[in-house]
Amino acid sequence: MPAGVAVALLVLPLVALIIRAPWTQLPALLAEPTVVQALGLSLATASISTLVCLVLGVPLALVLAGSAQWPAVPRRLLRALITVPLVLPPVVGGVALLLLLGRRGIIGQWLPFTIPFTPAAVVIAQVFVSMPFLVIAVEGALRASDSRFEVAAATLGASRFTILRRITLPLVAPGIASGALLCFTRSLGEFGATITFAGSFPGTTQTLPISTYLLLQTDPNAAIALSLVLMVVSVAVLVSLRDRWVPGVLA
Amino acid sequence: MKKPLIALATVLALAGCSTPAPASAPTDAPADTLRGTITVFAAASLSDSFRAIADAFTEQHPGVDVVFNFGGSSGLATQIVEEAPADVFAAASPATMTTVTDAALTDGEPVTFATNVLEIAVASGNPGGITGLADFADADKTLALCAAEVPCGAAAAKLFESAGITPSVDTYEQDVKAVLTKVELGEVDAGIVYVTDVRSAGDAIEGIEVDSAPVSYPIATLSGSTNPVAAHAFVDFVLSDAGQGILRAAGFGAP
Repeated sequence: MPAGVAVALLVLPLVALIIRAPWTQLPALLAEPTVVQALGLSLATASISTLVCLVLGVPLALVLAGSAQWPAVPRRLLRALITVPLVLPPVVGGVALLLLLGRRGIIGQWLPFTIPFTPAAVVIAQVFVSMPFLVIAVEGALRASDSRFEVAAATLGASRFTILRRITLPLVAPGIASGALLCFTRSLGEFGATITFAGSFPGTTQTLPISTYLLLQTDPNAAIALSLVLMVVSVAVLVSLRDRWVPGVLA
Repeated sequence: MKKPLIALATVLALAGCSTPAPASAPTDAPADTLRGTITVFAAASLSDSFRAIADAFTEQHPGVDVVFNFGGSSGLATQIVEEAPADVFAAASPATMTTVTDAALTDGEPVTFATNVLEIAVASGNPGGITGLADFADADKTLALCAAEVPCGAAAAKLFESAGITPSVDTYEQDVKAVLTKVELGEVDAGIVYVTDVRSAGDAIEGIEVDSAPVSYPIATLSGSTNPVAAHAFVDFVLSDAGQGILRAAGFGAP
């Protein structure tokens, strides 16, 4: 019974969204230049954010996974700090980013350029909220992988870089893929940190979730249509990558 | 703190139902016959003054508990049309009130109870060196407006149109308080807000007057009200000398 309630709670809101969607107006709404612009910006920034998360997050996951020999205090502290953005309300993250990188921020005031209100700020906000998903997914995969292959490769004379490239990373590829997937969908849906840190300007920082929120004030039908788009894109990403990349996670 | 109050109010409301005092009592009945809770949906820009008005109102009518839902007027209107439980709606623009009257959800015609004008907000000391509306055309300045979807954004768009200026905006914020925050943090050189927002922000914000047409704030009781007597009494109080005095002190203009 509780399981049934849980499924209903997770699925019924999406069903309501599909039922209430203005299907006949949908093509016209989705062809609106502002919608196309917001969708394009969202897809572009979420893709870049995922790349940044991969480049920075995989090494961090390697460090974390290899931290078993560290003293307990720094090891636990590092892990806790990385997890904070996961539990932090995104708006708080946005405020924190402003205070660090804003025009009068601790670092921002020394920079020769301003970050807020640029697409770069959108990417930074998205990376801030989504990188922990990647790090935790990859680290989990690393811990679960069989270290005997690496030991065997080392005894056969492989360098550490060769082991990483030929053994470790291929072993945890499914973990990296599912982490990247979570990263991408989390970035795509990012709202609170983005509107707080990056603001909202059509074509520059107004991502799809932000235009959805603003449209809800005046044109609920259009907002429902955009919500549907976000849902379809997210589900499509899941489905398209299911078999090829992350059989273990989503089979 | 709020929950016990609501619980108490519910008890009072139930007690009110069991007494023979009829719900159809005229609004000019002795003050202490008013009982129960009223829920007031009000524009975010009214938050400070309406809290003060509610305090003065409940002093006269200790049996009534006033609960607020402050937010962007457009969002509030949408919630009312989606049948959120509300007794009174005070909007920051006639257009958002029209959303509710079009759905035939008001009890009688809305009444204008205040006006507000726009002003340029800059951080104290005016670090961006803003002198007037003309600076908003300068691409080198960082500037914030409300999004066109909310009343303050619609009013700002009208302001620039009548001034013949095309503003070079960096961000369209979701409500007037968000504009104020960006100004206060120094992220933007200036923003367009209401004069009442500048006044309530205190020393952190300075205002620069602009020549803007006043925006009307309409108020109405709602036909779905479960406590119409107290709802009407609250609206009457907003329109009374006491209510108007509080609004005037906050910088609102006479209707």
